[in-house]
Amino acid sequence: MTGAPAQRVVVAGASLGGLRAAEGLRAAGFTGEVVVVGDEPHMPYNRPPLSKEALAGDLAFSALEFRRRKSVDDVTWRLGSAVAEASLGTREVVLADGSVLPFDGLVVATGLRVRRLTLPAPEGGRHAVRTLEDAVALRADLRPGARVVVIGAGFIGCEVAATAVGLGCEVDVVAPEDVPMQRPLGPEVGAAMQRRHEAHGVRMHLGRLPAVVEARSTGADADPGRVGAVVLDDGTRLPADVVVEALGCVPNTEWLAATGLDIADGVRTDGWMRALDPEGRPRTDVVAVGDVARFPNALFDDVPRRVEHWSIPTDTAKRAAPALVAGLAGADPDPAPFAPMPSFWSDQYGARIQSFGSLGVADTVRVLEGDLDGEFVAGYERGGELVGVVGVGLMPSLMKLRAEMITALQPR
Amino acid sequence: MKIVVDMDLCADHGQCVYAAPDVFQLDDNGKLVYKAEADESQRDLVEEAADVCPMQAISIED
Ligand SMILES: Cc1cc2nc3c(=O)[nH]c(=O)nc-3n(C[C@H](O)[C@H](O)[C@H](O)COP(=O)(O)OP(=O)(O)OC[C@H]3O[C@@H](n4cnc5c(N)ncnc54)[C@H](O)[C@@H]3O)c2cc1C
Ligand code: SF4
Repeated sequence: MTGAPAQRVVVAGASLGGLRAAEGLRAAGFTGEVVVVGDEPHMPYNRPPLSKEALAGDLAFSALEFRRRKSVDDVTWRLGSAVAEASLGTREVVLADGSVLPFDGLVVATGLRVRRLTLPAPEGGRHAVRTLEDAVALRADLRPGARVVVIGAGFIGCEVAATAVGLGCEVDVVAPEDVPMQRPLGPEVGAAMQRRHEAHGVRMHLGRLPAVVEARSTGADADPGRVGAVVLDDGTRLPADVVVEALGCVPNTEWLAATGLDIADGVRTDGWMRALDPEGRPRTDVVAVGDVARFPNALFDDVPRRVEHWSIPTDTAKRAAPALVAGLAGADPDPAPFAPMPSFWSDQYGARIQSFGSLGVADTVRVLEGDLDGEFVAGYERGGELVGVVGVGLMPSLMKLRAEMITALQPR
Repeated sequence: MKIVVDMDLCADHGQCVYAAPDVFQLDDNGKLVYKAEADESQRDLVEEAADVCPMQAISIED
């Protein structure tokens, strides 16, 4: 018997990671109480469509709730309430409404939030895309002919740009990098993506940052509370009805500040997703899952990294839940190394960019098949070894390379 | 065990194929083909396939 009935696990964060952790606890035989606390008012829902199908209007916002396994029917969901603070000494969390929840085990699944502009700017017309409400509000502003300035050219910024073009908006993208999606994809593949965007009429302002966000001060619809233009650091002035802030995300870890856990950039964990205490020792009662976790992947090396892929909450929860259950029972976790194959996709202009592996650790990028301006497969190598692939189309080749990487990249 | 994939939602991600290759496959054109009826012994794998489907298009009807 693992986990006496009297035990309680609190899961902080009710999104993909929190859901998969609750399911994982049941799958690992935990029969105690599971309480999932989430600050959003919704049951866990799927975020990727928020910048794609749902933003485009091809998928109803009401259709995004995740399927849940029957095993979590008895889980308690405390939605619309944030965890304000956690104490590992007394093993309790305090919610924003002041209520106190004692726990035996804690799952950190609080994910990320969008990093907002630090410039002074009117609120009206400014958007970010992380939550359902964000996407509903942005959708309402993406009218045909609307002038949209997207700040940030990562995957989400690029997807929003593509979706806005599809809705008949005029789109400018502003980003400090030299090419879109530069950090994950590298300069060559990023440049090819830039050509795709430009072929659809998007104007890219790269190597630039916004210097001033102006209010809508002139014209019949003048409104000091709405954005009117974005002025870049080289003086370029981009008229704007809508500004989308897509400059990346920050981990939601403030509520862990008093725990002494290493939360320098997300929650640092060992290979069992167990949070590390100030001495670098794993806690047996605290695990972290999903976007908020900084963990080592034995497929690549022992460097802990945060990975913002949709596949990661599920992979990490499947690892973390049995480790936590073992910890609560005073047992050791499964000794097998943790080596999930990362998987990421992005849909832009009807083309899917699919990746497997870890692009970030590569030192060399090679086109393995096709042509960067059409269908292609690019290989990402570290020291001559394939550690990642990116492709548009050519799914059979990508699947073959994925299988080859799984065989070749022995856990290390 | 009866399996239903909402083909309006399915976007041929193929993630289900890695999870339960005996039930889900991509054809030569990269389109999903799957068995609507699978043996009980496949249940865990099919549950996993439903978990990892980015479009949440897979449901299991007992
Ligand atoms: C618009 C968009 C598009 C995306 N597209 C893709 C894609 O195409 N491909 C891909 O691989 N990935 C994509 N992703 C990434 C993917 O959605 C994330 O990796 C995934 O959502 C992470 O899940 P999570 O549960 O770890 O964190 P989150 O989904 O961030 O969930 C964390 C939850 O915790 C809540 N929370 C935070 N603080 C507290 C607190 N103190 N108390 C209680 N609750 C709290 C949050 O409100 C949130 O509900 C996309 C993400 C977004 C936003
Ligand atoms: S994972 Fe989902 S979307 Fe992809 S092929 Fe399978 S059912 Fe279709």
